[in-house]
Amino acid sequence: MSIRFSFGGDEHIFAEVSEEMSLEAFFTSLSMTNAVKAAGIKGVTEICPANASFQIKFDPDAIKPGDLLKELQSMEGAASKSDASLKTRIMEIPVLYQDPWTHETLMRFRERHQNPKATDLEYAAEVNNLGSADDFIQAHSSQPWFVSMVGFVAGLPFLYQMVERKRQLQVPKYLRPRTDTPKLTIGHGGCFSCIYSVRGAGGYQMFGVTPMPIYDPAQKVSYLQDEMCLFRPGDIVKWKPVTRDEYDAAIEAVDANRYEPVIRPATFSLTEFNKDMAGTNAKLMEAIHGH
Amino acid sequence: MAINVISPGLSTTVQDLGRPGYYHLGIPLSGGMDRFALRAANMLVGNDEGAAVLEAVFLGPELEFTAPATVAVTGGDLPPKLNGEERAGWEAFPVKAGDRLSFCFLKGGARAYIAVSGGIDVPVKLGSRSTYTLGALGGHEGRALKAGDSLAVGQGAGGKGSVPANLRRMPGNPAELRMLPGLYWHRITETAGKQFFADTWKVAPEADRIGYRFRGGTALNFVAREQPFGAGSNPSNIVDACYPYGSIQVPGGTEPIVLHRDAVSGGGYMMLGCVISADMDLIGQLQPHSPARFVQVSMDQALAARHDRQATLQRVRAHLDR
Repeated sequence: MSIRFSFGGDEHIFAEVSEEMSLEAFFTSLSMTNAVKAAGIKGVTEICPANASFQIKFDPDAIKPGDLLKELQSMEGAASKSDASLKTRIMEIPVLYQDPWTHETLMRFRERHQNPKATDLEYAAEVNNLGSADDFIQAHSSQPWFVSMVGFVAGLPFLYQMVERKRQLQVPKYLRPRTDTPKLTIGHGGCFSCIYSVRGAGGYQMFGVTPMPIYDPAQKVSYLQDEMCLFRPGDIVKWKPVTRDEYDAAIEAVDANRYEPVIRPATFSLTEFNKDMAGTNAKLMEAIHGH
Repeated sequence: MAINVISPGLSTTVQDLGRPGYYHLGIPLSGGMDRFALRAANMLVGNDEGAAVLEAVFLGPELEFTAPATVAVTGGDLPPKLNGEERAGWEAFPVKAGDRLSFCFLKGGARAYIAVSGGIDVPVKLGSRSTYTLGALGGHEGRALKAGDSLAVGQGAGGKGSVPANLRRMPGNPAELRMLPGLYWHRITETAGKQFFADTWKVAPEADRIGYRFRGGTALNFVAREQPFGAGSNPSNIVDACYPYGSIQVPGGTEPIVLHRDAVSGGGYMMLGCVISADMDLIGQLQPHSPARFVQVSMDQALAARHDRQATLQRVRAHLDR
């Protein structure tokens, strides 16, 4: 894997590890950005890992663009050889699939959709050759997902499904982006799921909502007092389908600021995962329940 | 000292030089869209150049002061009025307790910067007082001002003087936005690349702090390829990546969008390159429907333009004895 570097104007270097998405590309991007962080290069102001690429923002008054580029290129060999493993966290995220709020929103934007006669979930089931929305929900929620990027808007995680490529759910984005998406919508576009951290525009298909806040600029939510954004690249997520009653109970707990998210330490090794995906995932899911 | 908001204008927000360091979490730079004008406004009233000011777009607010201070309005041609009497832009003037600042209609540019000696004293969030409205972060309660708001102002010594017209920076007509091709430039054909620079574009109504959309030019032709796994089916799609500040994305290959201070930090559309740092201020002064062209430059030219902008700022400092 050879990294393609390009200047983004006079203040950014953009690095594409791979044109296509893979966990290998993600880990190369992560080890490169970790190496840049550790190197403490003067003039570097932002280090942003992404799914299969990364971006460095710099002050060209402090470092010559060409010098920074050379420095990054010199790190490439070590990064691609580094061990693709992580000490990370697994989180259980409750999801009310087919909720009334995303339903109301998707009905308002039907003319921007590939199939105005179906809901987003029905369409997603159809294009993935799954029989029904329920089958799609089963495929979406049975195996864990990997946070391969945080961004778009504050704290929004991009999630990559931890299954063989041929089983990965893929759904096109809306034909034209919506101007509205409910806060905490579970969305999906291309091969990525996401959680919309704030209300706003969006182009991903909408499947449900979570009651669990993931971004709190006021830093009042108990588990977001230190960091206003919950997610970091490398986190692992397991969706947990919940009923309307369970959703309402969770909202009540969130409002009273006594909601306790299920977040457990976990380790992840890409080599082990590639050897035995089902076994690795089973172990990760056991970790949720403290085993 | 406080400022009472009598009427808020179209969308007036508290801004400083921005909030770098959190882009990896999706939290944008924020800060003034025209940071040259923001710095000049602060210099005129004797503040640190990075003090928080008010950024007004298209339509100015009406404000009441509760104590004496020095005020200056820079940026677009949005002439200030003190107690109904027109005052010059880019010039410091004193205000007394009970004085009201309002604005004439916009005559040119798009955004005005209202600096008050002592600076707007909203809480610092992640190192900045800038407002990021989409994320309800910073500024006054994370939002644009509303009638009835009251803003605290710090203590300041005050300043005097004016910035002569030859030391101000405003876009031409058409605006010429210098741009360094790169990022996913290789995804479009050579002919499409030439046409992109040859066309005169127009600012679309969708032009705000997140980004400026341009229309009226030729749709791009892409180099044919099988779309990579995870990218999405449209030829303008890429595997979701970071979007640099100033990057020009072209969803569907039709209308370029230049991301600005409240940029979405990433997404799945290819980008042609970036508008150079020196010209980002100019975009903040463009109104919808105004014509603009993209001008190709090299890295060396981009750096020279950056130094020119800095040199002009230095001349403003020298002129104001700072």
